[in-house]
Amino acid sequence: MPSVRDIRRRIRSVENTGKVTNAMSLIAASKMRRAQLAVTDGRPYAEKIHDVIALLAAQPAGDDDTAHPLLQVRPVNNVGMVIVTPDRGLAGGMHATINRRVAQFILASDATVRSIVVGRKGRDFMVRYTDTVQAVFTDLSDRVSLADTTAISRLVIDGYTEGQFDEVYLGYMRFVNTVQQEPVIERILPVEPAALESAQRVGFIYEPNPAVVLSALLPQFVEMQVYHAILESIASEQSARMVAMRNATDNANQLASDLTLVMNKLRQDSITNELLDLVGGQVAMEG
Amino acid sequence: MPMQLQIITAEREVFSGEVDALVAPGLEGQLGILPRHAPLITVLQPGELMVRADGEESFLALSGGYMEVLGNQVIILADAAEDVDEIDESRAQAAMEQAQQRIANRETDVELEQAVASLRRAQVRVTVARRRRNSPHRSMANRQPGMGG
Repeated sequence: MPSVRDIRRRIRSVENTGKVTNAMSLIAASKMRRAQLAVTDGRPYAEKIHDVIALLAAQPAGDDDTAHPLLQVRPVNNVGMVIVTPDRGLAGGMHATINRRVAQFILASDATVRSIVVGRKGRDFMVRYTDTVQAVFTDLSDRVSLADTTAISRLVIDGYTEGQFDEVYLGYMRFVNTVQQEPVIERILPVEPAALESAQRVGFIYEPNPAVVLSALLPQFVEMQVYHAILESIASEQSARMVAMRNATDNANQLASDLTLVMNKLRQDSITNELLDLVGGQVAMEG
Repeated sequence: MPMQLQIITAEREVFSGEVDALVAPGLEGQLGILPRHAPLITVLQPGELMVRADGEESFLALSGGYMEVLGNQVIILADAAEDVDEIDESRAQAAMEQAQQRIANRETDVELEQAVASLRRAQVRVTVARRRRNSPHRSMANRQPGMGG
């Protein structure tokens, strides 16, 4: 049976843990908001470049009929997989969810899948269970900029043009809302231009010609997709952490109040016992 | 009749508003765009973008991108775009010298290509930054979108 003092010590410890988790949840909430804003800020560019590539890809190729290297569809023997995961834990089941989804994909694929891992959680998992990790990127900041992610996209684009990969996929946690994130796997290479809406067919003057404009924009398009996946992943990570830490705070508060109840009962018992002893002693003396 | 200009990068919208004329660094030379220009799609190279609104000229450093002119709307998708006020001239200068050094000590063609590209970007930033020093003018960052015209 623990003493009142033991329980009091335990309550204090639980309360301190609660304070830490509460602070973590508040920090995660503000970081999440920032990542969401970055996603929103990048949206006009994403939509525009998407439309433009659809428009350009629909133009007749001209003299040389060969498609741009990033549009070429090849028989698939080697697959590249960019996996975006968080660096840190304490974010609920987030990294397990994305790693499980990616593992399913790799197991189901007929081709050799080589991975390019972003984040420590994915690195630990892939290095442990596969021997096809090609590159690892860790310690990206929470306020990631496009320039921070171009090294990753460069690797992917070069790997594809050199024939190292015949297809490249991007796996990350998509931010749905604060309590919901879903793992997604998207194909980013070869680029598949969207179907052109008829309203977009205007007689443009191309300077110098559609093929050159297209080849300038395709790498940008891939870079933008990688950048967005990382932003989405950061937003998901922070919101998962916010929810996990809020639950932890609630649990700590609940535990502290349960323990306080036990402590009060114990204290009351001991007072009652002391009183009984006192009254008992008095009765004995008077008797 | 002013044109609607929008400059966006993958990270944010740099500028949106009405302008009277602009001169952009096209792949094959400077491109002047005035209202009622024919529909045009072009690649931009690293260079400075001049924008005139209300008779005042302002400059931005662009590091390559795409421009589309349709009707009275101009959209620039820039790899990166910086307003005069955002440029740190001494840093740009340092980047320029570093790039020059890398060109001198290059070992592979890829390195040369990268160094030349970063040299050009740094040069553009330095040129744009000097404009501010030489002629104090209103910066685009301080203007509210849609104020021109």
